[in-house]
Amino acid sequence: MDVLGIIFAALFANNFVLSQFLGICPFLGVSKKTNSALGMGLAVTAVMVITCVVTYPIYTFILKPLGIDYLNIIVFILVIASLVQILEMVLKKFSPGLYSSLGIYLPLVTTNCAILGIAKVVTATTTDLASAGFVFKNVVLGKWVEFGMAMSLGEAVLSGLFYGLGFTLAIVLLAGLRQKVDKLNVAKPLRGFPMTMITACFMAMAFYIFTLIG
Amino acid sequence: MKKERFTQIALDGLVRQNPTLRLVLGTCPTLAITISAINSFGMGMAVLFVLVCSNVIISLLRNIIPDRVRIPCFIVIIATFVTIVSMFMEAFLPGLYESLGVFLALIVVNCIILGRAESFASHNPVGASALDGLFMGLGFTVSVTLIAIVRELLGSASFFGIELWDPAKFSIKFFTSSAGAFLTYGLFIAIFNVCYNAVDRKLKHKHSHQMLAPVETVAETKEAE
Repeated sequence: MDVLGIIFAALFANNFVLSQFLGICPFLGVSKKTNSALGMGLAVTAVMVITCVVTYPIYTFILKPLGIDYLNIIVFILVIASLVQILEMVLKKFSPGLYSSLGIYLPLVTTNCAILGIAKVVTATTTDLASAGFVFKNVVLGKWVEFGMAMSLGEAVLSGLFYGLGFTLAIVLLAGLRQKVDKLNVAKPLRGFPMTMITACFMAMAFYIFTLIG
Repeated sequence: MKKERFTQIALDGLVRQNPTLRLVLGTCPTLAITISAINSFGMGMAVLFVLVCSNVIISLLRNIIPDRVRIPCFIVIIATFVTIVSMFMEAFLPGLYESLGVFLALIVVNCIILGRAESFASHNPVGASALDGLFMGLGFTVSVTLIAIVRELLGSASFFGIELWDPAKFSIKFFTSSAGAFLTYGLFIAIFNVCYNAVDRKLKHKHSHQMLAPVETVAETKEAE
């Protein structure tokens, strides 16, 4: 298991937001303040890890052997929706403080495409990943190309954790930048979304450097 | 259906509430697929199909679905149609299926579709919902295709896959990268909003003149009396 390769790819080279365009809606919507961005990022990370733990065995041991893997979209989205619901109930019962600080963001996680994205990525084969534009093939996917197989459960969970942390990194960085950028006196049509996009553009340029390593 | 209602739904979908450029929803596929115009058009058509079908079914079931579990119900209905589209594309358009990749499956969590289900189809009759789906889908398709034409022209010197100039000499690779996607989309929103506000102001100006005219005459007649 190429642990370092997965970590580097997940955090920087294949960063879900800035190079794979997954989870852009919360990235633009919940990045006004650093605190709420951190809350959203951690909620997404937690749900991502649990999603990987649950969807990977369902796909490998139930859907694939029975030959009904074409149902994967419906099964994954149902699993994610119920996971978020359960997580919400558990947090409400055992950790009301955390629940009230995450409260608004948890239901939003269901429709975050980064979550369904990670479920598709960890169950995909190498060719699927390559066509989805995952650039860091040589280091991370090199081994899978060789054996022509998908990830192991450990790799899947590790990917879930670090792709989630990569999302957190990007959203917190953008929130920090936006707190400065929103105070600037820019032309009126550029205020709001366009200026956020331009800020994200510069972040993406900075992250692009990482894809050149390796 | 009345003619005014039709124009209202059509204008809402295409201009006033354009999902891509006014509401800024469904941003993930917009940024990812606008690298080529053909991909964008294909994605737009897929979204259009899912939007119309899910709007119709949700509108038909709007009195049956309990309010508390409506979101899971909507998602399952949407996921069914996304599965149909992705199986159809895998069978008949394998090239497009390959290049859209994971974003075809991600139509399920596209905020445009869930948003229309929640805000329109769940409390409107079938005909209006189908029309709303059609025009929202068209609004999405037109916007992403326009963005894609610009990005493809600048980034790979071609138009709908047809090479116009020598890409080695006349292409700016920046526009094919993710940074280029953010920049182009941001500028498109800004330009669209400038145009929208200008037209809106002009229309309001004209409208207010028409509104004011009778009021003035009433005031004048009163003064005359």
